[in-house]
Amino acid sequence: MNRRYAMYMVAAAAFATMPAFINPYWTDVLNTVGLYAVLALSLNIILGHAGMFHMGHAAFYAVGAYTTAVLNVTFHVPVLWAMPAAGVLAALFALVVARPIIHLRGDYLLIVTIGIVEIVRIALVNNIFDMTGGANGIFGIARPELFGFKIRKPVHFFYLIWGFCAVTILLFHWLENSRFGRALNYIREDEVAAEGSGVNTAAYKLGAFVLGAFWAGMAGTLFAAKMTIISPESFSFWESVVMFTIVILGGMGSIRGVLLGAFLIVGLPEVFRELASARMLVFGAAMVAMMIFRTQGLLPPAPRHYDLRGIMSGTQTREERA
Amino acid sequence: MEEFFQQLTNGLAVGGIYALIALGYTMVYGVLKLINFAHGDLFTIGAYLGLTLLTSMGLTGHLGAVAGVLVLAVMVQVLVAIIGYLLERVAYRPLRQSPRLSAVVSALGASIFFQNAVMLIYGARFQVYPHDILPSATVSLLGLDVPLVRILMFLTSVVLMLGLYFFIQKTRTGTAIRAAAIDQGAAKLMGINVNRVVSLVFLIGPALGGAAGLMVGLYYGQINFTMGWVYGLKAFTAAILGGIGNIPGAMVGGLLLGVIEALGAAYISIAWKDAIAFFVLIIILIIRPTGLLGERVADKI
Repeated sequence: MNRRYAMYMVAAAAFATMPAFINPYWTDVLNTVGLYAVLALSLNIILGHAGMFHMGHAAFYAVGAYTTAVLNVTFHVPVLWAMPAAGVLAALFALVVARPIIHLRGDYLLIVTIGIVEIVRIALVNNIFDMTGGANGIFGIARPELFGFKIRKPVHFFYLIWGFCAVTILLFHWLENSRFGRALNYIREDEVAAEGSGVNTAAYKLGAFVLGAFWAGMAGTLFAAKMTIISPESFSFWESVVMFTIVILGGMGSIRGVLLGAFLIVGLPEVFRELASARMLVFGAAMVAMMIFRTQGLLPPAPRHYDLRGIMSGTQTREERA
Repeated sequence: MEEFFQQLTNGLAVGGIYALIALGYTMVYGVLKLINFAHGDLFTIGAYLGLTLLTSMGLTGHLGAVAGVLVLAVMVQVLVAIIGYLLERVAYRPLRQSPRLSAVVSALGASIFFQNAVMLIYGARFQVYPHDILPSATVSLLGLDVPLVRILMFLTSVVLMLGLYFFIQKTRTGTAIRAAAIDQGAAKLMGINVNRVVSLVFLIGPALGGAAGLMVGLYYGQINFTMGWVYGLKAFTAAILGGIGNIPGAMVGGLLLGVIEALGAAYISIAWKDAIAFFVLIIILIIRPTGLLGERVADKI
């Protein structure tokens, strides 16, 4: 293990002791930051790596959260057991909606995904399938339990959410350098060239969409567990904007950047809570200023040379053929 | 059948508003290839400025209803145009050479800024327009009683749209705008000052959007600081429906969307009214991404 990883480990360990030094309110703020970090990391696969302008991520998050709530409240499935189901349902939903729009580029995709998240929100408000509880949402979601331990306090959630976030980071870090991750980056850099050299761009893009949705769905479970009450308001277009902004502001395709973005965008406004009403005004102005002065995001990924071997169909490397 | 025609006139009146806002989107998109997410908020600002001018200056009291509203409309348009001009200079011009996504985030930031500025100044509650400004008479049209307000609204938007259309098609400045929309580099070589064209686009679009905001205030009587978002999104849908970057397309798209929505609300479900526009959007993008009248941006898809 080299020194850089050792430093990351130390930083993570130090962060894990945080709840001992801060009060439950700030622990709860950190939990929210962690939740958005997971969401933004899942969006990063689609937006940061594959370069698809997807602004409807809150739709998949909503499917996950509502799946969890319905399974728990109606069918009494333990909350954390609902997590795989939440992920799978969100992924299936993504598969259905993304299939016809996957060929759209740039702003067109952006607008369609906004349309999708709005339709989902309106569907939830209209109590679709008589299951979503309309505008009031669903309440009375049980507290999660892990190996017989009841998760109740903010500090318990801190370890649940950030533990899940750590798993997310490790998995997506591994994915970045995998054949899948390299293919996505290639598509982002030059889709025509990727297609031309035999990469099945539509399949990879769809794959990124489905994986991102799967992960957002599971984050929905964490949200439902944390809040114990969910309503359509929590999954509006503005939630998508927050996730989108975290990825762009942090640095597209950079895990460190996305984490920093989550702290700045979700955590920092909490610090200025006293300024309550003017805070969002400043937030909007800061978004503009950030883009002007730091167009590439705060921590863009280091430029790298992509090794394209093995991501094109029919041009396998010798190892893969063996 | 009577219900159908009532919904049709309502749809045309509301569609005229969508069309006016859509023109702002389509012009900006045509020249800069940018979705100006803050455009809907300029529309909101128009509605609020209209209310302030109306109540503080008592225009209609001094000049009579029609002249008062006209003066009001001009004042609102000028003020919103100035804000639109400043928006472009501050939030978009520095990002002209940057990746597209930076400009999108900047636009979203500007939208959040405007929305909250309106909320801080006017409060989060609904504000009410004085209801007795426009005559509440009805006009008999083909044996139907149609509210006069609807006809006035429809006519006003048509006059504004035709004015813009002839300005773009017949004047030298209009030609410069069209040239910059087709190819900025070539336009520059022909001696067109592209920066001035962009500024002009950001004066005209917001002026029309501001007028639309005032009309919504007068028509519905209630305004809220978040309303620009929904109207903006629908107007953008209208722009895509007609073919984005295409001015007649935005007009047709706006009117069509208004009618589809009104009929959809009447015959399908009022609860799903706001979703209808987005279904239309998704269907049109899947079937005909260049929109009904659009050809020019075919290479963008």
